[in-house]
Amino acid sequence: MAVAAAGRGGRMRRLIGRDPIGYAFIAPYVVFLAALFAYPLLLALYISFFDYFFAAPGAEVERPFVGLRNYAQILGDPVFQRAILNVVEFIIINVPLTVVLSLVLASALNAKLPFRAFFRTSYYIPYVTASVAVIGVWLWLFSGTGLLNSLLSPIAPKPSWLVNEFWAMPVIALTVTWKQLGFYVLIYLAALQNIPKELYEAAEVDGAGVVRRFLAITVAEVRPATTLVVILATIVGANLFTEPYLLTGGGGPNGASMSPVLLMYRQGIEQGHAGYAAAIGAVLAIGVMVISAINRFVLERE
Amino acid sequence: MASSVATERASSEVSRREPAAPISLGRVAGLAVLTLGAVVFLFPFYYMVVGALQREPKTDISGAFPNPANLTLANFADINAQVDLVRTLINSGIFTGGVLLATFVIGMLAGYALAQLDFRGRNVVFNAMLLILVLPFQLFMIPLYVLIVRTYGLADNYLGMILPFAVNATAVFIFRQFFLQLPRELFESARIDGASEFMILRRIAIPLARPAIITALIVTFIGPWNEFLWPFLITKQHDLQPLAVALANYISTVAARAANPFGSILAGAVVLAIPAVIVFVVFQRQFIESNLGSGVKG
Repeated sequence: MAVAAAGRGGRMRRLIGRDPIGYAFIAPYVVFLAALFAYPLLLALYISFFDYFFAAPGAEVERPFVGLRNYAQILGDPVFQRAILNVVEFIIINVPLTVVLSLVLASALNAKLPFRAFFRTSYYIPYVTASVAVIGVWLWLFSGTGLLNSLLSPIAPKPSWLVNEFWAMPVIALTVTWKQLGFYVLIYLAALQNIPKELYEAAEVDGAGVVRRFLAITVAEVRPATTLVVILATIVGANLFTEPYLLTGGGGPNGASMSPVLLMYRQGIEQGHAGYAAAIGAVLAIGVMVISAINRFVLERE
Repeated sequence: MASSVATERASSEVSRREPAAPISLGRVAGLAVLTLGAVVFLFPFYYMVVGALQREPKTDISGAFPNPANLTLANFADINAQVDLVRTLINSGIFTGGVLLATFVIGMLAGYALAQLDFRGRNVVFNAMLLILVLPFQLFMIPLYVLIVRTYGLADNYLGMILPFAVNATAVFIFRQFFLQLPRELFESARIDGASEFMILRRIAIPLARPAIITALIVTFIGPWNEFLWPFLITKQHDLQPLAVALANYISTVAARAANPFGSILAGAVVLAIPAVIVFVVFQRQFIESNLGSGVKG
């Protein structure tokens, strides 16, 4: 506390700031960040360079340094390549669908229409519900004898959706789009409310139609929100685990819906190849950050 | 004193509703889009509840509109015999409650310090928090498992479940944004009167921050309540598993064997979904308005 008194003026103040008590306030959070984020981050990189396996607390075991071997192995592993392609397929389906549908729904919500609160709430409910719970109903709807197949009976795919190599990944992409969409609708809704009305009025005076105004003003003005939506959707795609694990019975059929995180679980936790799994995590994280950077560059270059 | 964004938006919404706008093609199309959306979003939930209440639901479209006389709670008894619903709900509650408590105490202190106190290194902490918001969890999965399960021996332990989620970064961000909006003069007079920063936080800042607190706690609540991967990794003991994990284990082991497992799966799904949906519907107005007002504008 003596420091605090001295800190209100003079050199001390310039050195540590006006409110040294801030250190006491922030300390628990800094400890949390250091112990559960900074240290694990370094540990992840460390592990990925070793032939690391799990041992009981305190046990001394040999874990040889292997350099980049884990990275070389995963890049040459057909299962990993397939998992990455699956994420790419997921993103190709999920991201455009998410951007278009959430922007359309947000624009409709932004108009002066009745029951807005009801609509807004109903779009958001899937987002606040546990994946495990909604997977229960998707399993039923998409099962071989489920509602969807009985409605489509002549054109239902065989084998059925979730055990069909072609359909497993698109079904996952669609159900995840459904689950996350409400969150993105709200992001767009907030962005739409910041667009100055005068822009639309001026365009109307100039004779621009509804579609023209939507494309020239709305789409352009919400571009920062689009960057955010695309980045967040990409992160969700890279993090896929629960859906391939439960909905398609562990990345099936034949690895057609294997995801990188599911592979990390299988390799790292089930089979104990922690170094290998940590390298997958690092490659994925780098991939996500590169994609985010590209998105920002492309979508915000003006 | 609520966030000016939220009040501004709420009042404009009220005034917008008043004049009866003329019926136009655009309005009809807009309503049609919104209604179609609502059906697509809500039907799976309706179907979940209907499926949970039928013993042997038909899988054609008539199964979606059962005779009310055929509805039964038998599936709930079934799932309860397989998965101890009370026990697993308590586990979910302890996991979620621990995260909420840590987020409230540690996050509030941090949010206040980041917004109102001036000390060297503040921006470093703030940037670290922002980094966490964009770093994907998969990067931390293996090292956290090594640390928590192997190094600290916290497998099958509530603390092990709670620790990685303990302070929700979004909540800290919301607290900070809220405290930034409060004028410094509000606190200066209390400081001149000799109140300690902790007193100011407790007596002035927290009472004003109720909307931000509710928003932050709801955002935080849905994380651990719905989380599957992390508690799944570290709990093998059935009596410590949260409901999401227990239900997932039931789905992955039983779904393959039972003749018609969907009734009990859906009953479990309803029990898991209801608390989060209720919390959200009750607080949704506050949640939607203040969260995005502060979240997107940064």
